[in-house]
Amino acid sequence: MPSLGADMDEGTLTEWLVKPGDEVHKGDIIAVIDTAKSAIEVESFHTGTVDRLIVPVGETVPVGTVLATITLPEAEAVTTAAAQPVTVAAEPVTVAAEPVTVAAEPVPTAAKGEAPPKVTGEQPSEAASPLIRRLARRLGVDLTAVRGTGGAGEITQADVRRAAAAPPPAPAPAPVTGEKPGVAARQPVTPLARRLAAELGVDLTAVPGTGPGGAVREGDVRRAAAARQPTAPAAPLPQQAPERAAKTDAERALAMRQAIGRLMARSKREIPHFYLSNTVDLNTAMNWLHERNRELPVSGRLVPAALLLKATALALRQVPELNGYWQDDHFNPGDGIHLGVAISLRGGGLATPAIHAADGLTLDELMASLKDLVTRARAGRLRRAELTEATITVTNLGDQGVEAVFGVIYPPQVALVGVGRVAERPFATAGLIGARPVVVTTLSADHRATDGFTGARFLTTMADLLQRPEDL
Amino acid sequence: MTPEQARDAIEGALRKIAPDADLATVSPDADLRDALGLDSLDFLGFVEDLSQRAGRRIDEDDYPQLTTLASSIKFLSRS
Repeated sequence: MPSLGADMDEGTLTEWLVKPGDEVHKGDIIAVIDTAKSAIEVESFHTGTVDRLIVPVGETVPVGTVLATITLPEAEAVTTAAAQPVTVAAEPVTVAAEPVTVAAEPVPTAAKGEAPPKVTGEQPSEAASPLIRRLARRLGVDLTAVRGTGGAGEITQADVRRAAAAPPPAPAPAPVTGEKPGVAARQPVTPLARRLAAELGVDLTAVPGTGPGGAVREGDVRRAAAARQPTAPAAPLPQQAPERAAKTDAERALAMRQAIGRLMARSKREIPHFYLSNTVDLNTAMNWLHERNRELPVSGRLVPAALLLKATALALRQVPELNGYWQDDHFNPGDGIHLGVAISLRGGGLATPAIHAADGLTLDELMASLKDLVTRARAGRLRRAELTEATITVTNLGDQGVEAVFGVIYPPQVALVGVGRVAERPFATAGLIGARPVVVTTLSADHRATDGFTGARFLTTMADLLQRPEDL
Repeated sequence: MTPEQARDAIEGALRKIAPDADLATVSPDADLRDALGLDSLDFLGFVEDLSQRAGRRIDEDDYPQLTTLASSIKFLSRS
């Protein structure tokens, strides 16, 4: 059971996406785990063959418990996902330092001839930097099929984006055991629907969703259960969990409150916070945004939050002292600028999944990531990397109408950026007072890792960047 | 659009954004964002869906007219 955030002590295994004998690649999603916060997809940390699934569906186990064993090609069985609970704080760095290869070398075919894995000749991942691999993973691009145009055949960001834009050439090199039922179930599922499906034994992969973005909702599951009359049993379910101890909403809410409570108490106990704030004139930015949105269909429009996130990411490039972790009495810089975005969940509580390498995204990409994260966070379907790799957190309470927010740092990060409401205020420029849209940006920072001077530089850099929205 | 069609379109779009919301309890003059707890992304999704249902373009300048149920119906049924 991997640690999916510093506030997690245990998790419930809700779904196995593999079975013994399956070939898995490092990075393949193999299980879904339910935490106090949401359902999270967990990937394999190794390439090999699934030997044994140790923890059954429905069981709740502490962080560090062995979930399954995987036999490596060299026949050396290793345990998977066994992070020690004690090193929880160190986790994000370890994980980030271990880039996941999207598709490792093709597996020698064990099955009888059908669907041989696609062999592409080129040795892929060596020529791709961790950043590229992460981008590929995010965009669902198979790096083995991407032709590098950089020096020495290196795969560039542009190559990956081109590949993502092009239609998929062929199904991704599939593990030889054929299709993995359940993996296709990437459509969003509301937590209620997921629980209900478990109770009724409904295979979610076969349920058409009628909710937003094809989300599977309670009614869809009930319909599917009703339709599933005594016909021949459908394809055997990979995960049957009839009597899974379903948590009630109240229990879940309580568990989340407790997890948040423990983490925030730890933060305030250990981290000497200091706070800075800055009022930023957004006149230019809002006019620019308005002009830009005027020409676009609704789906292409940006919200101010996208500009503010991008400005945050770019400012961190210039002030990297705030981007990373305080561990073992020293500062470890982040391996990229991964913005954790605080997202309030419908049933209460919050999640802070990360937008990876946000400084390298265009505003459109950032906006798309943001929409995607919010949708999945609320549908209860986030990925492990998103919950453990944030290097800083941004909280935006502007929509809730408050002027400013001074947040509590998410350990072991060293800073949290707060954004309030964009509102018209009297604002003096060049000796004249006018009504202009302004926003209060704040910084909560860890005084062990940094000082007010650095924090101030960050906030003023961010404000400067927002004066040139066309460069964001 | 007739006011009835407008209402259907608006309620349909809202239900898609906030599936669990009980629209019957929302007063016609209540601020939709407050009443349903919509954030700016939700609102954008609402506008996107509404413009499809209504078959017309909705510009940012029109957003203030989509503040409440009543004002939204008025806005859509005016043209």
